[in-house]
Amino acid sequence: MKKDAIQAKELNSSIRRKYFDEVVLGYNEEEALIEASRCLQCKNPLCINGCPVGIDIKKFIYYISQKKYDEAYYTIREKNNFASICGRVCPAEYQCRKACILTKKGLPFASPQSINIHFLERFIGDHGIKENLEPPLKKDEFLSQFKVAIVGSGPAGLCCAGELARYGINVVIYEALHKLGGVLRYGIPPFRIPRNILDIEINYLKKLGVKFVPNFIIGRTKTIEELFNEGFSAIFLGLGAGVPSFLGIQGENLCNVYSANEFLTRVNLMSSYKFPEYHTPVNVGEHMIVIGGGNTAMDAARVALRLQEMNGIKPNTTIVYRRTEVEMPARRLEIEHAKEEGIKFKLLAQPNEFIGDEQGFVRKLFCYECELGEPDASGRRRPIPMKDKKIEFNCDVAIIAIGLGANQVLTSVTPDLKTDKWGDIVVSSDSMETSIKGVFAGGDIVGGEGTVIEAMGMAKKASKSIINFLKNSK
Amino acid sequence: MKILDKEILTIGSKPQIIKMVLLAPDIAKKALPGQFIVIMTHEEGERVPLTVVNKDINAGTIQIIVQEAGFTTKLLSKLNIGDSLYAIVGPLGHATEIKKYGKVILIGGGVGIAEIYPVTKALKQANNEITTIIGARTKNALILEEELKSVTDNFFVATDDGSYGIKGFTTNILKDLLTKDKYDLAYAVGPIPMMRIACSVTKPFNVKTIVSLNSLMVDVTGMCGCCRVTVDGKSRFTCIDGPDFDGHLVDWDMLEKRNNVYTKQEKHLCNLHKL
Repeated sequence: MKKDAIQAKELNSSIRRKYFDEVVLGYNEEEALIEASRCLQCKNPLCINGCPVGIDIKKFIYYISQKKYDEAYYTIREKNNFASICGRVCPAEYQCRKACILTKKGLPFASPQSINIHFLERFIGDHGIKENLEPPLKKDEFLSQFKVAIVGSGPAGLCCAGELARYGINVVIYEALHKLGGVLRYGIPPFRIPRNILDIEINYLKKLGVKFVPNFIIGRTKTIEELFNEGFSAIFLGLGAGVPSFLGIQGENLCNVYSANEFLTRVNLMSSYKFPEYHTPVNVGEHMIVIGGGNTAMDAARVALRLQEMNGIKPNTTIVYRRTEVEMPARRLEIEHAKEEGIKFKLLAQPNEFIGDEQGFVRKLFCYECELGEPDASGRRRPIPMKDKKIEFNCDVAIIAIGLGANQVLTSVTPDLKTDKWGDIVVSSDSMETSIKGVFAGGDIVGGEGTVIEAMGMAKKASKSIINFLKNSK
Repeated sequence: MKILDKEILTIGSKPQIIKMVLLAPDIAKKALPGQFIVIMTHEEGERVPLTVVNKDINAGTIQIIVQEAGFTTKLLSKLNIGDSLYAIVGPLGHATEIKKYGKVILIGGGVGIAEIYPVTKALKQANNEITTIIGARTKNALILEEELKSVTDNFFVATDDGSYGIKGFTTNILKDLLTKDKYDLAYAVGPIPMMRIACSVTKPFNVKTIVSLNSLMVDVTGMCGCCRVTVDGKSRFTCIDGPDFDGHLVDWDMLEKRNNVYTKQEKHLCNLHKL
């Protein structure tokens, strides 16, 4: 008999929107066992191809069903260093779950019947943390003599550091901000990745001997050349996607028009939701509008709604998106969470102009209603604004979440580092090596915005190349 | 990040202006005139940009000069020799373009005097003929007079109340000088109204005028866009595109408004901490 998929328990939406506590509570053992037992253990498992780092999903689920949780953990760790994080933020419905045989063919994302691989991964990742499980080190005397510098402590940098440190390589991570984790810290809110999970993963790297240097900007405080001169044998660049895109419409620089990066950085990194205990403020309005349809837009909207609740303002946060829900790039789960929490969705609306008051604060947003035309380069149907159909919104805080461009702080002062027309770093796709010998790169600075797991996939590949590079270097 | 020296520059005048020497060897090695750092006083603190006024590569130190303006600068001025800041990062922004322009006129108002000092010194070393105008509310609020004099060919001081130098504003002197003589470049740093008027004074004389902007900032690596300003109709980020911009192209109105987005919260914090 076919069993229904087990949903992970969640905090009630009316309660959770008052806090920044984690929303999804994850599986307990019993739930994990039932979900694992639904896996068909296919002869040719399709799910594995759906995973950007090729986790042996079939095998780790099998181990769960046998209650061999340690083995399940080590199976995941062969391919992914941060199961607890990926189990929480991977858009599984576009990846492994979409590839699962239980997903009906031709759907844009996974069927509800497909195995909840991400919840199982999280269950095992958290088990590994609880039991202090660590895969055996591969200490290598020859490799231990080398120093490798990593630029950026986001998903790519952390993953690469972990891989190299296991061989005894001396790894130093340079981070521009005062806290570690990159987008996992400043971008993704605590209700999706609790800070203790992030801290545990970072502390594990410290235990492996990785050194972290915060408040240090490679390209400003030191150059790549200086790192080599200081005795680093190789460098990995995990710079991230840095610069927020804006709409280019009238009124965009009015007060209280934020980029999602600024809004989320204020709240997540600078803890402005704990103002005045923390000193960085953020403005909260009565009509908060988030523009965009990706995960960042969902995060920003859910943060905005929480801030309204916490400040005694009647929750009123709207997501404005120019296509329809199907085309939204966000995780389906986050779209559902946003809806449950009471966020309004205004679809098929394209922002055209912000209007401000005399003090320069935003007051209104005008949009055009859209209809969908032919698919564009992204394969999604293109929105066509109808100039005779204007929509007016009250708006006293606007958050623009329409994507990011490359950060050029480092590349602009490193002329030998080849970039493409978007400013992203060009690498050889099999080695992740850049145009500078001994300098490798991965994550969003290579090929633009992607997911945490894609960044880690690139970092893993780069770490293998770095090891080869070091082996051949003396 | 340790504070090695601290000196109050404005005795008997409020708000105080304070000089601090910070241990930051990596930044000292790199900082150029016009560049800035970001500091955090405490883990709970804000990230605040401050100009690098001077540096000593051998001692591994940098010097900052701060006016007790907002909450964080007040908090910073309460720290003492031996205390450490929670974070310092830099140097940030583009350095001012130093070359031989010919005759350069520099205008510094209030704590902005500290910011024109490293640029004045560098321009002097690049064999420019230097005219400097500095101004403050009153005599006791004036800083770095001797230091600037030593790198200046023609030196002018103005105070609002006439307690020292010429009574009036730096921009009045600027206008007089431009009427009498031709200059190749102007460089102005001070409160927004001063920079704005300085630019409107130089414009009819067609003197290119560089200003160093003091936008609010958070991450300072171009990631957040908090510091965006409109220059020549385009959005620019002060942290990575600036802080120097062509003052004739800056949308001053917008900058002034955006810099006041959090005045309410600032007041609240000051009251709470009795600062």
